[in-house]
Amino acid sequence: MPKVPLSWLAESVDLVDGSSAEDVAAALARVGLEEEGIEGPPVKGPLVVGRVLSLVKETASNGKTVNYCRVDVGEHNDEPITEGYDNVGQVEGKGPDAGHFFTPSRGIVCGAHNFVEGDYVVVVLPGAELPGPFPISGRKTYGHWSDGMICSAKELGLGEEHDGIIVLQSPSRDADAEFGGFGLAHLEPGQDAIELLGLDENTIEINVTPDRGYSFSIRGVAREYAHATGQEFRDPAALKTPERTFGGFAVEIDDPEPVRGNVGADRFVARIVRGFDPTAPSPTWMKSRLTASGMRPISLAVDVTNYVMLELGQPLHAYDLAKVTAPIVVRRASASGELSAISTLTTLDDAERTLDGEDLLICDSEGGRGARAIGIAGVMGGADTEVSDTTTDILLEGAHFDPITIARSARRHKLGSEASRRFERGVDTQLAPVAVQRAIDLLTKFGGGEVDHQVTDVNTTVAPTPIEMRVDFPGSIVGVEYTQAGVIGALEQVGCTVKLFEALSEPDSLTVTPPTWRPDLTDAINLVEEVARLHGFENLPSVLPVAPPGHGYTHSQKVRKSVARGLADRGLTQVLTYPFISEQRLDDMLIPDGDPRRDLVRLANPLSAELPLMRTSLIQTLVDALKVNLGRGAQDVAIYEVGRAYQSGRIGDVPRSFSGNAITPDDVEALNEALPMQRRRVAGLMTGQRTPSGWHGTGAAFDWTDALAAAQAVAQMAGVTIVAAAEAHMPWHPGRCATYRLEDGTFVGHAGELHPKVLETLGLPARTVAFEMILDPMVEFREGQITLAEAVNAQPLAKEDFAFVVASNVAAGDLVACVKRAGGDLIEDARVFDVYAGEQVGEGKKSLAVAVRMRAADKTLSAEDVLEVRKAIIAAAEGEFEAVLR
Amino acid sequence: MTDLSPLDAEGVSAAVEEALAAFAAASTLEDLKEARLAHTGDKAPISLANRQIGGLDSADKAAAGKNMGMARGRLNKALESRQAELEAERDARVLVEEAVDVTLPVEHALVGARHPLETLQESMCDVFVAMGWEVAEGPELEAEWFNFDALNFDPDHPAREMQDTFFIDPPESGLLLRTHTSPVQIRAALARKEALESEGRGIYVICPGKTFRTDELDATHTPVFHQIEGLAIDKGLTMAHLKGTLDFFARAMFGPDAVTRLRPSYFPFTEPSAEMDLRCFVCGGEDTSCRTCSGTGWIEWGGCGMTHPNVLRAAGIDPDEYTAFAFGMGVERTLMFRHGVKDMRDMVEGDIRFSQQFGVEI
Repeated sequence: MPKVPLSWLAESVDLVDGSSAEDVAAALARVGLEEEGIEGPPVKGPLVVGRVLSLVKETASNGKTVNYCRVDVGEHNDEPITEGYDNVGQVEGKGPDAGHFFTPSRGIVCGAHNFVEGDYVVVVLPGAELPGPFPISGRKTYGHWSDGMICSAKELGLGEEHDGIIVLQSPSRDADAEFGGFGLAHLEPGQDAIELLGLDENTIEINVTPDRGYSFSIRGVAREYAHATGQEFRDPAALKTPERTFGGFAVEIDDPEPVRGNVGADRFVARIVRGFDPTAPSPTWMKSRLTASGMRPISLAVDVTNYVMLELGQPLHAYDLAKVTAPIVVRRASASGELSAISTLTTLDDAERTLDGEDLLICDSEGGRGARAIGIAGVMGGADTEVSDTTTDILLEGAHFDPITIARSARRHKLGSEASRRFERGVDTQLAPVAVQRAIDLLTKFGGGEVDHQVTDVNTTVAPTPIEMRVDFPGSIVGVEYTQAGVIGALEQVGCTVKLFEALSEPDSLTVTPPTWRPDLTDAINLVEEVARLHGFENLPSVLPVAPPGHGYTHSQKVRKSVARGLADRGLTQVLTYPFISEQRLDDMLIPDGDPRRDLVRLANPLSAELPLMRTSLIQTLVDALKVNLGRGAQDVAIYEVGRAYQSGRIGDVPRSFSGNAITPDDVEALNEALPMQRRRVAGLMTGQRTPSGWHGTGAAFDWTDALAAAQAVAQMAGVTIVAAAEAHMPWHPGRCATYRLEDGTFVGHAGELHPKVLETLGLPARTVAFEMILDPMVEFREGQITLAEAVNAQPLAKEDFAFVVASNVAAGDLVACVKRAGGDLIEDARVFDVYAGEQVGEGKKSLAVAVRMRAADKTLSAEDVLEVRKAIIAAAEGEFEAVLR
Repeated sequence: MTDLSPLDAEGVSAAVEEALAAFAAASTLEDLKEARLAHTGDKAPISLANRQIGGLDSADKAAAGKNMGMARGRLNKALESRQAELEAERDARVLVEEAVDVTLPVEHALVGARHPLETLQESMCDVFVAMGWEVAEGPELEAEWFNFDALNFDPDHPAREMQDTFFIDPPESGLLLRTHTSPVQIRAALARKEALESEGRGIYVICPGKTFRTDELDATHTPVFHQIEGLAIDKGLTMAHLKGTLDFFARAMFGPDAVTRLRPSYFPFTEPSAEMDLRCFVCGGEDTSCRTCSGTGWIEWGGCGMTHPNVLRAAGIDPDEYTAFAFGMGVERTLMFRHGVKDMRDMVEGDIRFSQQFGVEI
């Protein structure tokens, strides 16, 4: 996001007196430019001008030649000028030079060789900090005490040159040797160089929302600052530009198949500067502003195009005229008409790019009309035609490209450049000739040369469409009564042309023509936002709307809350896990082929290639949370998750668009039908001790009963009755897995001990137990039902116990169900209270002891009544299970 | 020893006194029982004397009866009172002896907890349900149309790129993991549209839920997160109503002094759009070294705005007749600054100690 040096901003709008960087950022935030950061000056002083008094070349033991320099840094000299010693001082302290006599100065060892005695250089002194951060201190090096450092442009963040230090002035040599822009300045040793080099800049980084691309420039930010503060805005784009002429560099736009109906380029300005000095340096202020803005200074020609882009928001491109063959043709990479397809381009970062047919290219006519690509339009130029350190004739391009075309190309090639960022957000259609003029002015001022008087300007841009809006519309949306003058004033301030139509009865209406830099203003609602933000959001009234009486939480929401709370009350802790899994996880859980849980939803772009699938049950990811806890030293862990699992099932043809852009109930249904199944579930895992061992006795470990009890509690909290059946189901232990169904047979879940092999593979403790219940069918089964009460029976209770010997494969639940059926309405409750297998009952047998509670609705049960029931129960058990009463 | 005569008032009185002294001297219930047997049992002088009454002349019977009645009355009264005293003493002693150490660990089962992101979402929903709003939900695996098109995202909007959105394979399936809870706006509006148009019943919904973006997990980002989103559609709703709702919500979550601030921003589905900041509830904007607000005095809480007419149109609602506002905030972010959670990883790794510090309410 753009960085705005405040001194640059101040050229187009006066900052409010005494305002700090924070104040400016706050003002910009009020109109919608959010602060992302404030950067202070990149260099912390002391950084001063120094004059080289003496320079002694010394060859060090490593063979390297260094200069031992005495540098006059004025008031910062180690030894002040002492009267009577004829400007000669004795070095104090314990350094190697202590005791020697020198003119007041500092001793500095410097490895560069591009300077001579008498030169003015930039010296950073101990205590300072260079970008990096790189703190400076005095140190002993090459046999001398080096008390500071003579700086190169690179060390100060002012450029990439590292072939020498900055020479501000060299009185004994040509001006050519000097660092840009200080040839005539009066320099004083000891003078502060931070301000001199423009390194005192405060910079605000702002976040520009996609609707306000024009704020990707000093021009746009200055305008916004003016909106926020009422300060006067001076448009840096208010430059005189020459009219287009014939005979300029030929440019053709050839785009018969535009993207989404928008021609790829609707403006292309081309102008030529000849006789430019390619060795001329960029002025220091330009370099420091580029650096502060986050761009690297490269060469004058490139720096100028970047500078103008940052200032005005118009990306420019400079070509080496000698390498470009007319005419330039702006075209798609695909073949079209007489143009054949172009498949690759080496961009100026020396990367070969494979082009997409839709990429918009700038081509020249080397090898035929439009045959050679010299740039991906608005994204990056080509290597063949870029300006170099020998370029004397420059062809400047200032164009306006279709935002969508540029956005697609930038993303396709993963080339988010400064240019593409601006084009995809929308550039002012009328800015290209201005920006080219501004660039020409800077190039010729600092690099010499002459501009051709011919001007190429291919222009098919369309003026912004006027918008009709009633004067009271903004107020009706914002809830503030804006005056007519307030509405018109705000719109004019953002650059709109406003025409008022006064009506006799209805509120007056406006015809608003947005400025060319605001392509985002297309509807009346966009104008409302402009009026609202210019008047400020801080004065909005606060009115609480009254909603109609609602229906409260839905049954599903209530069940989920109840289940979640209920499990927490049972001692389980809720966790959340990511729903991403690998196929390996299913293998580890021994999920068989063809199982619905292998009906997987796959991500097209997973975060991790190892986890490209969506879980088909919660346990698949809940085990990870269990491992985390065990890995961190927990031993007794009971966790649960309430969430969704996903099954691709019917990923069908999902409708993408709908007639008239509105969706009908039928469309919604079709769309929902095509969505993968994603039912809500709850699952839990338990391992370790359910009851901790301790002072009151030995504890008890979690076992399969805890999983089943939790599953039954879930059903109870969901208000449904479930029936358990012994059915093997991976990843559970085949003999210790309950499958649960609703009374109507709908499957709802499983509980039990996990399969020993699965636990071993996953590295989980033996006997870990688990349950997973699908909430949706339970919710649907119960929703809308009203529980009917039964009268509480106050008749006396009769109790009978039975001990049946049955085959060991008889399920207790089945026997109890049989007992209940046999006893009929008189049975209030029947439950197994003891299970015994052993010698007394014989091999392959077990004894199930059942306690039965009986109560009649209308009388005290007599001994005969009870006996009759008893006989019926025994007979039924015998008949159904060959049960023998012990 | 001669038998005590029931007519011997003095003798009876002396026997009574002797018994009373024995009762008083009894220091345990056992002693008292012995004393009782000795002085009121069958062989006790008083009992024997009492038995003699039957053999007396009728003239003496009355005097002896009165004599003995008074004596027995005194004995019984003393006995009862001493019995009660000693029982009270015993009871007090037993309770002392049975005292336990209440600081010992007493849990017979593990203590569970809810995940704070879940309880926080519930608390947020409660605020709105109490105002008559309804909680709306939608699928996590969503159609691209609901997630983007219906919300006025241009087909070339950068948010649709693979950089942010998890798309479902095959890419042409038109399915994704929803990147925000906003598709629920459209679903909720569609479901309630008829009541809006035929009964004039305004739509006021709050939509909490899980959302997904392709961010790597770090201290402040997680690819799976939660949002809570509000939508109101009615006649005559304005930004002032949006501001009023946010102010109410902020006060409900952060106390009566909570202050909100709106700043202009941009979202495809609202216009005008705003960022919503909360005046720092820790330092009130007074502490430039405050860690909750980084010294800025404000905490970014969420985005909001007036629903874009195109969004209403997508749900078949006439934007000339109805206006709407929407707002949304990150639940993780809210948990972080409301509860001082420093690292988002704690919320997602499943370490039970994180949940357990919050218990079952937040």
